[in-house]
Amino acid sequence: MMNEKKPTSLLYLDGVSVSFDGFKALNSLSFVIEPGELRAIIGPNGAGKTTMMDIITGKTRPDSGEVFFKGDIDLTRRDEAEIAQLGIGRKFQKPTVFESHTVWDNLELALNRKRGVFATLFYRMTLEDNARIEEILSTVRLSNRRNDFAASLSHGQKQWLEIGMLLAQEPELLLVDEPVAGMTDAETAETAILLKEIAKTRSVVVVEHDMGFIRDLGVKVTCLAEGSVLAEGSIDFVSADQKVIENYLGR
Amino acid sequence: MITSFLLKSFDRTIVIAVAIILGLALIVPALNLLTAPDHPLHVPTYLVSLFGKYLTYALLALALDLVWGFCGILSLGHAAFFALGGYAMGMYLMRQIGARGSYGNPLLPDFMVFLNWKELPWFWYGFDMFWFAALMVVLVPGLLAFVFGWFAFRSRVNGVYLSIITQAMTFALLLAFFRNDMGFGGNNGLTDFKDILGFNIQAQGTRAALFAASAVALALSLILTSGMVRSKYGKILVGVRDAESRTRFLGYRVEHFKLFAFTVSAMMAGVAGALYVPQVGIINPGEFEPGNSIEVVIWTAVGGRGTLIGPIIGAILVNGGKSIFTAAFPEFWLFALGGLFVLVTLFLPKGIVGTVQAWRAKRKEYRKAAEDEAARGQAVAEPVAAE
Amino acid sequence: MLTRLAYRSLQSLLVTFCLLITVFATDLRAEDDLRAMINALGEGNFSQTAKQVEALAKTGDPKIVPALEALAAGDLYQRKSDKQVFLTKSSGGTLILIDPLSGEEAGTEASGALAKIKVNNSLRRVVRSALGGLTLMSPDAGTRLQAAQTLLRTPSADALEPVETALAAETDARVKLVLERARAAALLVLDRPDDEKKAAIEIIGNAGGQDSLSLLSAALASADDTLKPDIEAAISDIQDRQALWAAGQNVWYGLSLGSVLLLAAIGLAITFGVMGIINMAHGEMVMLGAYTTFVVQEIIRNSYPWLFDWSLAIALPLAFLVTGAVGLAIERGVIRFLYGRPLETLLATWGISLILQQAVRTIFGPTNREVGNPSWMSGAFELGGLTITWNRLWIIVFSLAVFAALLFLLKKTPMGLQMRAVTQNRRMASSMGIRTPWVDALTFALGSGIAGIAGVALSQIDNVSPNLGQGYIIDSFMVVVFGGVGNLWGTLVGAFTLGILNKFLEPYAGAVLGKILVLVLIILFIQKRPRGLFALKGRAVEA
Ligand SMILES: Nc1ncnc2c1ncn2[C@@H]1O[C@H](COP(=O)(O)OP(=O)(O)O)[C@@H](O)[C@H]1O
Ligand SMILES: [Mg+2]
Repeated sequence: MMNEKKPTSLLYLDGVSVSFDGFKALNSLSFVIEPGELRAIIGPNGAGKTTMMDIITGKTRPDSGEVFFKGDIDLTRRDEAEIAQLGIGRKFQKPTVFESHTVWDNLELALNRKRGVFATLFYRMTLEDNARIEEILSTVRLSNRRNDFAASLSHGQKQWLEIGMLLAQEPELLLVDEPVAGMTDAETAETAILLKEIAKTRSVVVVEHDMGFIRDLGVKVTCLAEGSVLAEGSIDFVSADQKVIENYLGR
Repeated sequence: MITSFLLKSFDRTIVIAVAIILGLALIVPALNLLTAPDHPLHVPTYLVSLFGKYLTYALLALALDLVWGFCGILSLGHAAFFALGGYAMGMYLMRQIGARGSYGNPLLPDFMVFLNWKELPWFWYGFDMFWFAALMVVLVPGLLAFVFGWFAFRSRVNGVYLSIITQAMTFALLLAFFRNDMGFGGNNGLTDFKDILGFNIQAQGTRAALFAASAVALALSLILTSGMVRSKYGKILVGVRDAESRTRFLGYRVEHFKLFAFTVSAMMAGVAGALYVPQVGIINPGEFEPGNSIEVVIWTAVGGRGTLIGPIIGAILVNGGKSIFTAAFPEFWLFALGGLFVLVTLFLPKGIVGTVQAWRAKRKEYRKAAEDEAARGQAVAEPVAAE
Repeated sequence: MLTRLAYRSLQSLLVTFCLLITVFATDLRAEDDLRAMINALGEGNFSQTAKQVEALAKTGDPKIVPALEALAAGDLYQRKSDKQVFLTKSSGGTLILIDPLSGEEAGTEASGALAKIKVNNSLRRVVRSALGGLTLMSPDAGTRLQAAQTLLRTPSADALEPVETALAAETDARVKLVLERARAAALLVLDRPDDEKKAAIEIIGNAGGQDSLSLLSAALASADDTLKPDIEAAISDIQDRQALWAAGQNVWYGLSLGSVLLLAAIGLAITFGVMGIINMAHGEMVMLGAYTTFVVQEIIRNSYPWLFDWSLAIALPLAFLVTGAVGLAIERGVIRFLYGRPLETLLATWGISLILQQAVRTIFGPTNREVGNPSWMSGAFELGGLTITWNRLWIIVFSLAVFAALLFLLKKTPMGLQMRAVTQNRRMASSMGIRTPWVDALTFALGSGIAGIAGVALSQIDNVSPNLGQGYIIDSFMVVVFGGVGNLWGTLVGAFTLGILNKFLEPYAGAVLGKILVLVLIILFIQKRPRGLFALKGRAVEA
């Protein structure tokens, strides 16, 4: 069944396992993301959600299993930079921006332009790039902070800046790890809107704990536990699943 | 392309710094050559050489700052690049001695005659030509850095591990250069130079010219470094320093960025070494001492890493202090240097320039906040007035 | 030739010296008789002298050995005035007379006043066999052994007879073995039937060693074709065994170097490996330990000399305390402000290392200080073909003991448990009530203290100078990084691997190049496995 989907899907994982010092973080994990899909992934702490992203983005190599992007690009053979250039963007669980650069510079660095040493050495800001950065700034609501150092942003603003950087990267697939952790309710709601907007033009995979946020997104949900898929379907379907209740939601 | 690169490299600080350095390149030699020895402004020749030495140290510190301050690579191998550049220059100076050595051998340097060697080793070929030696001054350290960095950065050796293996590399070179059969003069190194480009190396004019050359090299390197760090490349370098994985996941090949900076930096260190040797008149394996590399780090730290003029100021201050100190209380110098290491890391992590910059930024922010406050106060006041 | 003579006379001097002590109270009358017999050596022709020699030999008194030796060497003179016979030593134009029995000097004479007692080859043979018989029959087993060994090294046809006589009477197994070899050596130079010679070759071949090798090579030169294959086989056999022993000796040297590396690195395995602190002053801790030993020995030398053999035992706990305290001060005073900033820690501790070096230089002076080996640490013994010095052996034992103790401390004691807890998850540990700052400080002090006791051991084999630590710092880091950070076993394996590797490269590349090669290999190795031989995986180490 899985194999049939391989050529048409955007992201295709089959039987992916990885272990650290004997501990199986992923245990024969398989799932598929279609082009244009927004997918939420839930699961208890230590379920392997972040590890899954590590595998997709080339940070960790799987012990076994297949990972394909756009049907036939084998991601297990490529490193982080290559995978990023292929069009997979990633937001870390802990917001990671360039703290000693300004908001503007952060976005400039993220822009999808030539990324070689000499290309960057002699890079000149064009009008087009300028406009693109302005656009992203307003999307992530940071226009008035453009000249401030990223270090001075609030936690939520850093999360947004990071999302903005991913937008600047123009990925086809966006992996977002716990984007609303530590955000206020208002910020959370706004983030949901932002992600839905982004998903209009590309595929997005969101890992999140916050069930309210997942409901706001209103998309297909995959529940991971102990390194493999426990259940998959709509939020109501998944949260009614007996195994999910035992493993994750509790009671 | 190049012009935009150059334009970007000049901001106010850099313009001032370059002007000062180039000014020194003119004034110090002039005061040395054109004033009488008893003139109050006369700069004696030994001071010219001493200051020239400081300038080469400043260049070395600037080179280290490029990788450490801007990219977070704490190299403990820069003394090795410096020494290699120095040896390349030393080899040229040795060949210039010609038949004027104690043994009068027109081809072989004295130490080879002493070791009963019959032929010039192949790696000494070409060093009788200045252009070749000058090329080697940048090529040899650059190549070593490239090969070493290629392996190290590709396998993601970083942080202290990188520091430790660069130190091991330096140490291995130190041991190698101590060996007589390496063909670099062993323990004694290369010395007894006679002339450079046909000019007597001891002559007052030559010394002044070497000083000026050091200053010009420093100014050019400053412009180059400034251009690098102010370009997008430089911003990525800083990105690598602060959040390496973020840079990777944005699609940049971090190892290439590090490798480029490391190689350029090693070449600058090589140039510094090459200018150092004719001014001190000797190069020996002691220059590879692991302690030397770490000392460069402290110059940079004192002045302010991650700033461009910091390392220059730091190198000159610390070495000036060293000259004064070792003359006045020789046995206390190591206490002072050791204490400097501890105090700077504990109390002045940003260095002199970094601290001043931070202080000025804070004041600006404070003033801005005050202005905002005032503006808001007015905005609030107006409606009241209208009522 | 001359050196052999000198060697012979030195040897016999030594032997007589020993004998003088054992047979000190011999009857004076017997001595008078002996003197008369020795004086008679100066009378008559060669054959009469030979008779006298045989008569002397019959007394079996070892005191006549020097006189006979001198006779064979042509150093025995008769004073013309009173026909007294003396040993002589030339001194400028005159000769110093030496009493043949007591060995004391008995004035000088111009060489004209003395007549040399002449010897020819047949007389010399008589003397040699008499001598051989005399020493071979000595009541002291050590003397017999030495005599037999001398005969083995310089085989001669005339030695056969005394050797065989002695062999028949010998009871000591060790002496007997050497005598049998000496007999075989003598047989080799004699004209004997092939099978007898073959047996002799086998005996010598089995004996092995450089001496046997030269005996056999000498025999090979003059052997006929029937014997050649046997000799060649025996020679190659010996050479094979020698190569094996040489490899064994290299392993031993490697183990020895490995134990030194282990000692130097083991404290670092705690501070760097477990805590992640880059302590560039680690080498100076070792140095302080060595200087503690020096101070302890100074005090003992001046005030309690009988305690000298205990000096190391006294220095160990003191060194641990001294360096541990210095470590504690460094951690509390500097390092604790720099946690999470490893590069800054590197710089600050380098500064501390400069200060410590200079302090020691100011107090103790820049030159090497003398640290002595207690008696149980000096000397060497042979094990098969290996030469093993006691100090190296003890240092290997000691390094392993320290390693075992540390392992025990970390794995089995509450303190070790707390240390591991803090280093693995600081926040969790502190929320469980562990006082993490104290654990940090104590762990660092422990690592420093261990460096200190390593210094005590290293003072026994290295120069104690302010630069002592500098020599170890890079090696120590290499060992820890190579073995795998955070893994004590890795440090053990790393130290011994590097030690042995170094010693095996040395014969091919020379000491310095060998060391360079090892450094280069480690650098390449780190490229392959950035986390070392026994790497811990996991997020903790990625941070
Ligand atoms: N690099 C690693 N080294 C060791 N263990 C790891 C590593 N990455 C993940 N793990 C372990 O794998 C499990 C899954 O972790 P993770 O993917 O972060 O879970 P989640 O993100 O779902 O909370 C955890 O138990 C974690 O400790
Ligand atoms: Mg996670």
